[in-house]
Amino acid sequence: MSESVELKTEEQEPEIDISIADAVIDKYINISGNLMPVLQGIQDEYGYIPRVVADHIAERLNVYPSQIYGVLTFYAQFHLKPRGRFIIRVCVGTACHVQGAPRIVETFFDKLGIGHAETTPDLRYTFEKVACLGACGMAPLAMVNDSTYGSMTVQKVDDIVADYNQRPLK
Amino acid sequence: MGAKEVEAAFVKLLDEKGVNAVVGKRCDVIKTGCRGLCANDVLVDIITPDQGRVTYDFVKPEEVEKIIDEHIVNKTIIEKRKAKPYYNQFVDAQMRVVMTGCGQIDPDSIEAYMEEDGFKAIEKCIKSMKPEDVIEEVKKSGLRGRGGGGFPTGMKWSFCKASPGDHKYLICNADEGDPGAFMDRSLLEGDPFCIIEGMMIAAYAIGCDFGYVYVRAEYPLAVQRLQHAIDICYEQGYLGKNIKGWNFDFDMRIKMGAGAFVCGEETALMASIEGHRGMSRPRPPFPAVRGLWGKPTNINNVETFGNVRHIINKGGDWYASLGTDTTKGTKIFAVTGKVKHTGLVEVPAGMKIREVIYDVCGGIANNRKFKAVQAGGPSGGCIPSDILDTPVDYDSLIKAGAMMGSGGLVVMDETTCMVDVSRFFLNFTRMESCGKCVPCRIGLKVMLDILERITEGRGEMSDIETLQDLGVAIKKASLCGLGQTAPNPILSTINYFREEYEAHIADKRCPSNCCKELLLWQVVEDKCVKCGACKKACPVDAIVWEKGQLAWLDKEKCTKCKSCYDACRFMAIE
Repeated sequence: MSESVELKTEEQEPEIDISIADAVIDKYINISGNLMPVLQGIQDEYGYIPRVVADHIAERLNVYPSQIYGVLTFYAQFHLKPRGRFIIRVCVGTACHVQGAPRIVETFFDKLGIGHAETTPDLRYTFEKVACLGACGMAPLAMVNDSTYGSMTVQKVDDIVADYNQRPLK
Repeated sequence: MGAKEVEAAFVKLLDEKGVNAVVGKRCDVIKTGCRGLCANDVLVDIITPDQGRVTYDFVKPEEVEKIIDEHIVNKTIIEKRKAKPYYNQFVDAQMRVVMTGCGQIDPDSIEAYMEEDGFKAIEKCIKSMKPEDVIEEVKKSGLRGRGGGGFPTGMKWSFCKASPGDHKYLICNADEGDPGAFMDRSLLEGDPFCIIEGMMIAAYAIGCDFGYVYVRAEYPLAVQRLQHAIDICYEQGYLGKNIKGWNFDFDMRIKMGAGAFVCGEETALMASIEGHRGMSRPRPPFPAVRGLWGKPTNINNVETFGNVRHIINKGGDWYASLGTDTTKGTKIFAVTGKVKHTGLVEVPAGMKIREVIYDVCGGIANNRKFKAVQAGGPSGGCIPSDILDTPVDYDSLIKAGAMMGSGGLVVMDETTCMVDVSRFFLNFTRMESCGKCVPCRIGLKVMLDILERITEGRGEMSDIETLQDLGVAIKKASLCGLGQTAPNPILSTINYFREEYEAHIADKRCPSNCCKELLLWQVVEDKCVKCGACKKACPVDAIVWEKGQLAWLDKEKCTKCKSCYDACRFMAIE
């Protein structure tokens, strides 16, 4: 694993425990088409896919790193950078769009000072626009981690941000 | 939203009061109840020997004690809290076949499913029918693929069966990416065993020994409940080797998607299962010949599998007696947008769209005028009011310039701008284009640029022709269903609402007062009824209003968020 150590210093990534990734890889090693479940499992552990780990997966699964990065960048749910403690998702599906989702998105942009798929420098928030969370009956819809907020208004955005600003980061 | 808490409150309090009752899980945590009537959750049914079934809506955890005390202990129905007549209307106007189990049984319990004749259909198939007979029965039923394309299911099965190969795969497509459709999610969350049984029957008929369910990763609860159901089936011997001694093997696994709309397309879906980028490839060879890992593969939608067990149980002739000549059976629609009661609606194919919107879902919300209904999501089109009597079947909808798609119906009223809606869909399909073929990757981008120009008031008259030309070319030249259908929303809105495009271009006005760049941000004094609703809605205090006075909008303070516009029921802000 000497090559991954080099990469680590180069990328200035925090200390990463590769053995966690190995445990996930071991679970899926004998299944065909295992790349996606491995990546999903590893992302669940780290919260994102660190670069050293991506290269390590390539070696363990015997695929080219280019294939791994191809998959990682194709699917919206894989992340190559650390994510915020609170993930704010605003649905911009059709039903939410006609019920006013765009202004909810803009208000969040304003309040948080970040754009789509960005993370605040203090790692408190990550903001994402998503296409349809499948709860169109309560459009427009926002989610913070696993909590759902329906029938969103601009005022509710203020309340949500105020609420989560007070919560501890850990 | 809160259903878990309501359930917990019921369990706790019933226990304390020593009442004997079973609390079934009827609604899920994110509020879209499997019942279909999403906007009014949490719904609670109380079934007692004396009063039968009584439904309460909007139940909150703190109300649970009162309901138990008065209804169950004192046996008096709380009339004030009962769901209003619209609930019965919403339920009675429908015909539930696929969704019979949803919202009625506990999705986590195989016993509950067995009580509803669970696994009787697969038993019947194996014990008394040859695989050919099963396919024949499905052909007779006239069932067509519910994923949108509408290909006859029995035919699809027979193609895959006829393909040579010792190993065949079965895939259930639950990558429900269409914004505005959520019936697959509800089925998986509300009645997962029914889908498993449907897949078992298909596997028996075709000769598959392994099945995948490809579920969107955005549906964690569906994944969890389905996984739970699969685990139970393995424990009880309904999945695995030599199922129940019937000499039939079938294994199943869930495959989670990772957020790519194009993976709903079958060749892209298979690429994704194999662990590649989800890019489509040209057909033929069709999946029935060369599919997953080069083996013959049959792919059907969740709702299609949901129909199968009812067809076997009640017979293909019974199923064929429902619906129209070309579309048999029932179809689930997700009716959302500016309608009074949003939710999932299962109706016999051939019902008029007008009946779905007005009779079942209660018509347009907020006293506004109906403008159009968008059917088929980003691949479909808009249906204006003058052809609202179009029946909902595959062929009539295509004739009207829309399509069935997965069954999302988004209702739009006079405040929805059709140019903006087109721009919205195109923005979606452009982002989700996999980028493999040029017409889709570049053509959609060019169309989107033109539409953005129009909504910002910088359009030219020739733009409309250009959009049409591009649209037709992209439809013809694209590789897969995404590109072939992506221009539909634009072409259909130009067809029906050309005057809106022209108003944006010639007058630099948005007739629906929707496109921000073209709004004047002022109160129309003739229309203002001095109610003050706009002031309450404004987040930056830019509306000046006193009781009995006309409202006035301070343009300096205004952030153009349009909250006031939506709050005003009298269209007095432009």
